[in-house]
Amino acid sequence: MLFLCEIFITKYCSICMKKSYQSLEGNSTNDMKQVTHRNLITRLILSGLILLLTYSTAFAQGDPVTGKILFNTNCAACHNLDKKMTGPALRGVEARLSDDQGLDRDWINAWIRNSSAVIKSGDAYAVKIYAEYNNAAMTAMPQLSDEDIDNILAYTAQEKVAPSGGGEIATTQTSGGQNKGGISNELILGALAILFMLLALGLIMVNKTLRRFANANNIDIPEEGQRKSLWKAFIKNQFLLLVITIFFLLTSAYYVFGYLMQIGVDQGYQPVQPIHFSHKIHAGDNKIDCKFCHSSARVSKTSGIPSLNVCMNCHKSIYEYTGETTAEYTKEFYDAEIMKLYKAVGWSDEDQQYTGETQPIKWVRIHNLPDFVYYNHSQHVTVAGLECQTCHGPVETMEEVYQYSPLTMVWCLDCHKKTNLKTKGNAYYTKIHEELAKKYGVDKFTVKDNGGLECGKCHY
Amino acid sequence: MSSNKKYWKSVEELNKDNSSMIEALKHKEFVQEIPIDEFLGDKDTLESSSTTRRDFLKYVGFSTAAASLAACEGPVIKSIPYVVQPEQIIPGIANYYATAIANGHDFASILVKTREGRPIKIENNNLASSHGNANARVNASVLDLYDSLRVAQPKKDGEDSSWDEFDTDTTQKLNALRDSGKEIVLLTQTFASPSTSRLISEFKEKYGNVRHVVYDAISESAAIEAYQNKYGERGLANYDFSKATTIVSIGADFLGDWQGGGFDAEYAKGRVPKHGKMSRHIQFESNMSLTGANADKRVPLTPSQQKVTLAKLYSKIIGSSVSGNLPAHIDEAVSNAASELIKAGSNGVVVAGIQDVNAQAIILAINEKLGSKAFDTKSPIKTRQGDDKAVTKLVADMKAGTIGAIIMSGVNPMYTLPNASEFAEGLQNTELSVTFSMKEDETSSLTQYIAAAPHYLESWGDVEIIKGQYGLMQPTIRPLFDTRQFQDALLMWNGSDVSYHDYIKTNWENTILNGSSWNTALHDGVFVGSTTATENTVETSEVSEEANTSVDEEARVLASATSNGFELTLYPKTGMGDGQQANNPWLQEFPDPLTRTTWDNYVTVSEADANELGLKNTHVATGALNGSYANITANGVTVKAPVIIQPGQAKGTIGLSFGYGRTTGLKAEMQTGVNAYTLYNDFNTVQNVTIEVALGEHEFACVQLQNTLMGRGDIIHETTLEVFNSKDHREWNPMPQVSKDHVMIDVTSPDANLWTEFDSSIGHHFNLSIDLNACTGCGACIIACHTENNVPVVGKEEVRRSRDMHWLRIDRYYSSEDTFNNDNEKKDNSKGLGNTLTAFAELENPSENPQVAFQPIMCQHCNHAPCETVCPVAAISHGRQGQNQMIYNRCVGTRYCANNCPYKVRRFNWFLYNENDEFDFHMNDDLGRMVINPDVVVRSRGVMEKCSMCIQITQKTILDAKRDGREVKPNEFKTACSAACSSGAMVFGDINNEHDDIVGLKDDDRAYHLLESVGTKPNVVYQTLVRNTNEA
Repeated sequence: MLFLCEIFITKYCSICMKKSYQSLEGNSTNDMKQVTHRNLITRLILSGLILLLTYSTAFAQGDPVTGKILFNTNCAACHNLDKKMTGPALRGVEARLSDDQGLDRDWINAWIRNSSAVIKSGDAYAVKIYAEYNNAAMTAMPQLSDEDIDNILAYTAQEKVAPSGGGEIATTQTSGGQNKGGISNELILGALAILFMLLALGLIMVNKTLRRFANANNIDIPEEGQRKSLWKAFIKNQFLLLVITIFFLLTSAYYVFGYLMQIGVDQGYQPVQPIHFSHKIHAGDNKIDCKFCHSSARVSKTSGIPSLNVCMNCHKSIYEYTGETTAEYTKEFYDAEIMKLYKAVGWSDEDQQYTGETQPIKWVRIHNLPDFVYYNHSQHVTVAGLECQTCHGPVETMEEVYQYSPLTMVWCLDCHKKTNLKTKGNAYYTKIHEELAKKYGVDKFTVKDNGGLECGKCHY
Repeated sequence: MSSNKKYWKSVEELNKDNSSMIEALKHKEFVQEIPIDEFLGDKDTLESSSTTRRDFLKYVGFSTAAASLAACEGPVIKSIPYVVQPEQIIPGIANYYATAIANGHDFASILVKTREGRPIKIENNNLASSHGNANARVNASVLDLYDSLRVAQPKKDGEDSSWDEFDTDTTQKLNALRDSGKEIVLLTQTFASPSTSRLISEFKEKYGNVRHVVYDAISESAAIEAYQNKYGERGLANYDFSKATTIVSIGADFLGDWQGGGFDAEYAKGRVPKHGKMSRHIQFESNMSLTGANADKRVPLTPSQQKVTLAKLYSKIIGSSVSGNLPAHIDEAVSNAASELIKAGSNGVVVAGIQDVNAQAIILAINEKLGSKAFDTKSPIKTRQGDDKAVTKLVADMKAGTIGAIIMSGVNPMYTLPNASEFAEGLQNTELSVTFSMKEDETSSLTQYIAAAPHYLESWGDVEIIKGQYGLMQPTIRPLFDTRQFQDALLMWNGSDVSYHDYIKTNWENTILNGSSWNTALHDGVFVGSTTATENTVETSEVSEEANTSVDEEARVLASATSNGFELTLYPKTGMGDGQQANNPWLQEFPDPLTRTTWDNYVTVSEADANELGLKNTHVATGALNGSYANITANGVTVKAPVIIQPGQAKGTIGLSFGYGRTTGLKAEMQTGVNAYTLYNDFNTVQNVTIEVALGEHEFACVQLQNTLMGRGDIIHETTLEVFNSKDHREWNPMPQVSKDHVMIDVTSPDANLWTEFDSSIGHHFNLSIDLNACTGCGACIIACHTENNVPVVGKEEVRRSRDMHWLRIDRYYSSEDTFNNDNEKKDNSKGLGNTLTAFAELENPSENPQVAFQPIMCQHCNHAPCETVCPVAAISHGRQGQNQMIYNRCVGTRYCANNCPYKVRRFNWFLYNENDEFDFHMNDDLGRMVINPDVVVRSRGVMEKCSMCIQITQKTILDAKRDGREVKPNEFKTACSAACSSGAMVFGDINNEHDDIVGLKDDDRAYHLLESVGTKPNVVYQTLVRNTNEA
């Protein structure tokens, strides 16, 4: 129960809230420009590198496919092929070292296996690199064999596939397509409207003409008194009136009741968030477990919105979006969102370090239980072993999260009535399970049988 | 015929010349015209106005519609995660930190519960071997952290300043003073801190002419001096009352704040009859104190008689002869007490609260003679170090102008000194005056600099409560304001650049830890060392002259004590202490255990004296209590205070409590009562005074008007140890019976049951046992419950209307005869309607020296709850775990349940008590609301609420077990009150778990349910009160 903390310091969130908050959206366009601009420079540098590579590919003799796997498991946390991160960009590293510095494979092997030893030995280039990267020595990788290093270097020696620009073309195409569809629909509707108008005009004209003929031929048009008497008869028929009134009242009562029951139920609520965080990309495409980021759902009553340092575990190295794009959600769009994260957490992508200027993100809360309801995530996630999707729906397909379930008491209780307790393997339930089994003569019990419908279990 | 007499209501009517006004009055009830014409009569304005009546109505209609439409939209709620989440914090999970409180009045090792970095509750630290218990004030101290009137930054001459300015100015002045040779004075509270003492001696070394004066607002100087004279060290003898079988106390309220308090847990251990034995406690006192209320035998007597009593007791035990005059019944009681003590030998102990060095020396002599096991002089208590003479001398020196600088920390002399005006005068004479204070209070507002001090929950520190037993204080929240603690300032002045944390760590590693782990000590919050490390930084005043005189001589001096006129005994109230927490609404609304009065202090007077003086207590139609005022004069100072007639108050004595009458640094609502320190001459709690009736009537906010038990033995079962040991429990703890088919059966028998029983044998079934023997009435549980359950504070006016919201109350009953048993006899023996009525009327009056019983009452969680059946909307239901569940969101506020509750434990929210300017207490500001427990909903207006048996805690305990995949450990279940109860009176547990203590307690011979005859089958069980009336 006791947690030791020698220097324990934090402050209640609300204090932080007082800090002025600059709208992230407001600056997004600006950011995007910067990004494209920088990308241009990197691209220029890269093309130079590629030129270099064409001469140097002869050095690498390994298998680039195996190398890619090795690179992703061992190196990708700190290195990117084309971008300086915690460590330098590695595309064509072998050629570069040999051409610029005259360093050979032995030097590279020594560096990879134990960089601090190389630095200690006083090697000039090693010391320079060490100093350039904030005096952070590279993690020693003694487990890598010569072959592994061959493979990795082969992977780094690969030329960069030039960005196809297909995304942009696709964008214009798709948007054009959409526009076409829109116009054609309107055209059809417009044509139909004109057609009907013409028809109506025609009818009126026919009617007029007929009347004129009738007048000309002195034919009497009988007055329509019939309709009035029907209306009067209806007014006079009090029984019918009563029945209809009752029917009308009942129907409206039904709808009013339905409307009133809707109040406070926010199913489908999908607010605009300060950062367009795509659960589809994270949980869907990349199959990241929900509880990897929402880790407190296992132990706490709240699932916890991940703190920004959790995002930065990955986004320190993932600075751009490389997945599929659509017309609405382009690569630039997603990259700009990543920039928003960097801005909020105070990460300078250029310098690869934190600036210390943070702007806490004010997410809009989607699932709002009233204050008088106690809900505990760990009870459902850890003890009952429920999937997050049971209540939150297919989050992994949601580009923007919305409230999937109604979160009404009926909805809670329906589940409590039919869901069986997960008693197996939990020593807490052993005795209770035994006694309940004896009492009800069955092996499985619902939450309800264990008092899961009691008011005080959730309202206190 | 009609007469010609003219009836007139006013002389004006007789004046014929001036009758126009009379005429006007005759015709018009309201003389002043409604200013309609001013508006409508002005035709020009009306015509030029473009707003017609119709337009006006349109606007009204539109704005109403628009407002109601806008109200339909749900609010957008923002959620802001941490940027970098601290490793220890998981939102939704509480962290606990061990720390210590040492505010000069209360010293304790405690645990602090924090949520998302906010301290929200104080709990007991069970690792502490002593002083690990939080009393009511310590429990409430967490709210002082969020006091909206705290000083947010340093101030210079009343203007906001900065620490840089403070540092430059003060260092410059101190250096100048060092060179000029004028004295620098540190006037501080008792820190009992090894590191602070070291810092102060370093400060002395650096600046040379430094005087350190320790000042306790409520002094124990006499006892300290007596101890010092005998054992050569400034301290207080320690007592462990669990080791004593016979306890004699002469004016010592050791269950209250006597010599720093903290003795109640040990005392309570000895009070529970085990194997037919329990301690016997005899109390001689003048005010009715918490200790006297718990005594087996209580002898009311005046303070001067206390001195004689002590002298006589001494002579009887030692065997010398001391003559003194005492009334016969007291004399007899003294003789009995002496013989009981002699018989008990080393199992006896004597304590005294007399502020007199002689008396305290005699106490030490008696206990030494007895060889008392409960008496410990080897490890004295260090929590009181104040020296009266040094303080008096300081005030004189300040007036004389010989003091160059005064730096104060933890003291408020302008409020607590009787000669505060002289102190103020002296302050003018100093070149530099600094106060380290959390508030702009009486003293700090007069000094040049207010050094904004942090709350103890934001500070580092260490404390040596008992010699060799250390505690560490660590911050549990980042400082809310721009504050700095006294010790950090000392380090700055000393020219050191280490932080106080590093300083403590080094100091501990060098002197205290002796190789043990600092981290373990910090984690535990307590450490038992082998040697003392607190240096004495105080020049002891000259050794008293009496030191050399023999104890016999001292006793003779005492025995000659006489007094004329009224004797006033000043005392600290359980809820308020020395008054430094006066801006704490929880403590203001905390009902005094004895008078059950909130938001006030008052003069306690015996009924006989009240009748003589013409002082009255009356009850008004609403049931509220009113009392006359009295003027009390001592040494030319008169205080006008309201009067409460206190049963058990010794004739010829009056009592008045410290801690009230504050005027600066607290909200208007908290400025209650009168300042008793103005009468505290010579630091003596006993003063000769005159008392007379004053004009006016005071309105009290008293929560219990029923004073006596009136022989209703079904509420409090009480017996004597003799009966308890010798007779069957059905005799002294009878079960009510009911007639069925002309056969008497127990009301609890299934045959007497009209209800369908539910099976609650599966899973948990909670019960709470309350031992009336162990309960001292200290009230820690009340504040703990307040804190845990977000119980609102309603204010004096509302309490007066009986709208207090305490979920847990401690009822106090007086006996009408000398004992409760006599009450019962009187009730049973009265025959005939007339006689019975007279007897009942008499039973309403408490006796002159009544027996007292405390009974904590909260929702009884009846298995057959009367409240549940009458709720029209089913907002109350019964859980299978035994808890009676009140569902606030379902409640519509009919209050049927409260009407149908036989225990009167339900509380109704008459108003919205949060975010409402009418109730400007902690729930009305952002800072104060930080103390709210996020696991318990804050109730709204029009909703009934009551004790939930801390369902949020029991549910959490269950969930923890489920998550760990284990069974709930024995005695793991707790409620806020049972966890706060240091005396072990409240035991909570699961009766379906045979390993829980509650299982045995539920079926104990002493166990009974409140109002068993109603058949409600409560889940709260009480243990019969047993008194040890065996005179030796």
